[in-house]
Amino acid sequence: MSEKKPQLIQGNEACVKAAIAAGIKFFAGYPITPSSEIAEGLAEELPKVSGRFIQMEDEIASMGAIIGGSLAGAKSMTATSGPGFSLKQENLGFAAMAEVPCVVVNVQRGGPSTGAPTLPSQGDMMQAKWGTHGDHPAIALCPASVRETFDLTVRAINLSEKYRTPVVLLIDEVIGHMRENVVLPTQDELEIVERKKPAKDLDNYLPYKADDDMIPPMANYGEGYLFHVTGLSHDETGFPDLKNPDVIGGLTERLVNKVEDNKDDIVEYSTENLDDAEVVIVAYGSAARTAATAMDQAREKGIKTGLITLKTIWPFPEEILTDLLKDVKTVVVPEMNLGQIKGEIKNCINLSQNIVGVNRVDGELITPAEILEAIVKEES
Amino acid sequence: MAVHLRKYLRLNKLPHIWCPGCGHGIILNSLIRAIDEVGLDQEKTVVVSGIGCSSRATGYLNFNTLHTTHGRAMAFATGVKLGNPDLNVIVLSGDGDSAAIGGNHLIHAARRNIDITTVVFNNNIYGMTSGQYSPLTPKGAYGTTAPYGNVDQAFNLCDLMISSGASYVGRGATYHAKQLTTLITSALDHKGFSFVEGISQCPTYYGRRNNLKTAVDMLQWQKDVTIKKKAAEKLSPEEQQEKIMIGELHKVADRPEYVEEYEKVIEKVSKKEGTTG
Repeated sequence: MSEKKPQLIQGNEACVKAAIAAGIKFFAGYPITPSSEIAEGLAEELPKVSGRFIQMEDEIASMGAIIGGSLAGAKSMTATSGPGFSLKQENLGFAAMAEVPCVVVNVQRGGPSTGAPTLPSQGDMMQAKWGTHGDHPAIALCPASVRETFDLTVRAINLSEKYRTPVVLLIDEVIGHMRENVVLPTQDELEIVERKKPAKDLDNYLPYKADDDMIPPMANYGEGYLFHVTGLSHDETGFPDLKNPDVIGGLTERLVNKVEDNKDDIVEYSTENLDDAEVVIVAYGSAARTAATAMDQAREKGIKTGLITLKTIWPFPEEILTDLLKDVKTVVVPEMNLGQIKGEIKNCINLSQNIVGVNRVDGELITPAEILEAIVKEES
Repeated sequence: MAVHLRKYLRLNKLPHIWCPGCGHGIILNSLIRAIDEVGLDQEKTVVVSGIGCSSRATGYLNFNTLHTTHGRAMAFATGVKLGNPDLNVIVLSGDGDSAAIGGNHLIHAARRNIDITTVVFNNNIYGMTSGQYSPLTPKGAYGTTAPYGNVDQAFNLCDLMISSGASYVGRGATYHAKQLTTLITSALDHKGFSFVEGISQCPTYYGRRNNLKTAVDMLQWQKDVTIKKKAAEKLSPEEQQEKIMIGELHKVADRPEYVEEYEKVIEKVSKKEGTTG
C-alpha cells in the first residue's frame, strides 16, 4: 500500500487489502465459494499486522466469534456466500441487538439453498435487510467494480464502528472474481473511523445509554468497565427488562432509527445523464456495469437514458430516488434476481410512471442487449 | 458466604431466578470461590454463557459478561480470546446448550485446546423450557417430550471432551461442593482447554417426573451414584456402568495451546517480514 501503482487484482483481493487498511484485526470464517479468497487472503495478511485469523467449525461459529472479537476490542469481520449467510442470520441479529460493530461480506451466489455455487447472483438483497428475525437496523453496501470493492469495504468497516452495528457488504460473484487494473489509495488518503469511547468514569458507565446521535459510547472488555451484553431486550444498563414496554419498544426504535435517521451520512450513489433523461436505469453491482453500456447504446438510438447506480442498498434511499425519478417516464431495473429491489423502487414512483425489470436467475449475466431491448420496447 | 466474595456478584441482581432447590447456585458459588482462589483479575475476566437456566449466571456475576445465543457461547468466547488474548475467558453452559445445539462448538474448542475454562451445569434436563429431555437425560428417564421414557442414549460429556482433545477434564457434583470448587480451581489454573462438568439437581422439572421429588432426594441420589475415580477403577466394567465417576478425570500439560501457537505464527511472519522488508 505504500507505493501508488496500478495492480491487477480481484474484487475479493481488494476486499482483503481494504480490510487490512481499515484496521481489521480479527477474521473468523468458514470457506465457501465464491468468497474463499477473502478468508485465504486474510489468513496470510492478518498475522503480518499482529491480527488473528481463525477457520471456525461453521458459519454460525464464525459470526459468533467475530462478535466476541469485536467486544474484546478488535475490529472484526467474516466473509461468506448464500447458504453461509443464511446460517449467520441468528448471530447477525445478536450483533444488531447488542450493538457490536462487525462486517459480514456476502459474495453472492445463486440460491435458494446450495443453489449455483460458482455462478453470479444478486439474490440476497432482501436477506441482507430481513434475514434475521424482528425489526432491526440494516446497512448493506454493494460495489460495482474492483476499486469500489476496496472503497466500500473500508466504508463498511467505518460505518460499523461509527454506528455500532453489523454492516453487510454484498458483492456479486462477477465483482468478487473479476480482475481489474486498479490504483488503490495510500494509507494516509484513507479516513479510518474508530469506535466512540466512554468517558473514564468506570463506576457510572451505562453501556447502552445513547448520546444525542442515538449511539452509545462503547467500552471494550478488559478496559476496566464491568458490563453485561445480551441479545435480550435490555435497558441502558445492558440488563434485560421485559416488563417495561417503553424499554423494549424504545430500544428497537432507537436501533432502527440510528441508521434510518442518518441516511444522509450512509447513503451513497452515483448518477449519469439524468438531466434530460426520460428513461432511467437504476442498478447496482455488476448489473450497473452492463447498464452503463446499455445507456450509451440507447442514447445512440436517440432515447434519452440516464443511470443511477446504488452503492448503499440499505438503508434504502427512498427519498432520494423519489426526487431523482419524479420527471422520468420509465424506470428500468436490471437485477440478477426476480425483482427484489424493483419492489423498493416502485415505492418511489407514481402510477403514471412505468417500471420494468430485466431479470435473470439462471446464473448468467444480464447483457446490455437485454436492457436495451427493454428500453426500446417501453419507448416504442 | 465469605464477605470478600461479594465483589464477584452483582448483588443488586439478586435474588436469582433459579427454582427453590436448584443446584445452579451451588456451582456459581464454587465458581467464584475458585476465581478468588486463583486470583483472577476481575477486570480482565470475561464470562460467556448461552441460553438456558445455567446461562442466566452471567447476569449475577460482576465481570465482563456476555449472554449469547443458544449453544453459541463457545464460539463467542473463542472470538473474545482471539480478540484479546490477555483476557481470561470462562464459559458457563447447560447440558442442552453445550451438548445439543452447541455440541459442534464444544468439541472444536476442545480440539484446538484454546485457553478457555468451561463449566457445564448438568441438570440432565431442559429446565428453562420446562422439562424436555436433553442429550444428558439418562435413557429411560422421563421428560415432557419423553412421556414414555427417554429413548435416546445420553452423552458421557467428559469422555467426549477427553477424546476431542481437552487438556483438563473434571467432573463434580453439587453434593460434593468442596470438590467441585477444587476442580474449577484446577481448571482455571490450567493452560489450555479445561472442562468441568458439574452435576446439578433440577427438582422442579427432572426430579418430580423421575421419582426424586425434592432437592434432598436428588442430592441423596448424587451421593449414591457418584464414585471417585480411584474407587471406580476397582470395580468391574458392569459395576462402573451404574456409577458416575467424579474427580479429576484427565490432565495433560504438554498439549500446545491454540493462542500461543497462533502467536508463534505472528512472530514467524514478523521476522520474515523484517528480513525481507
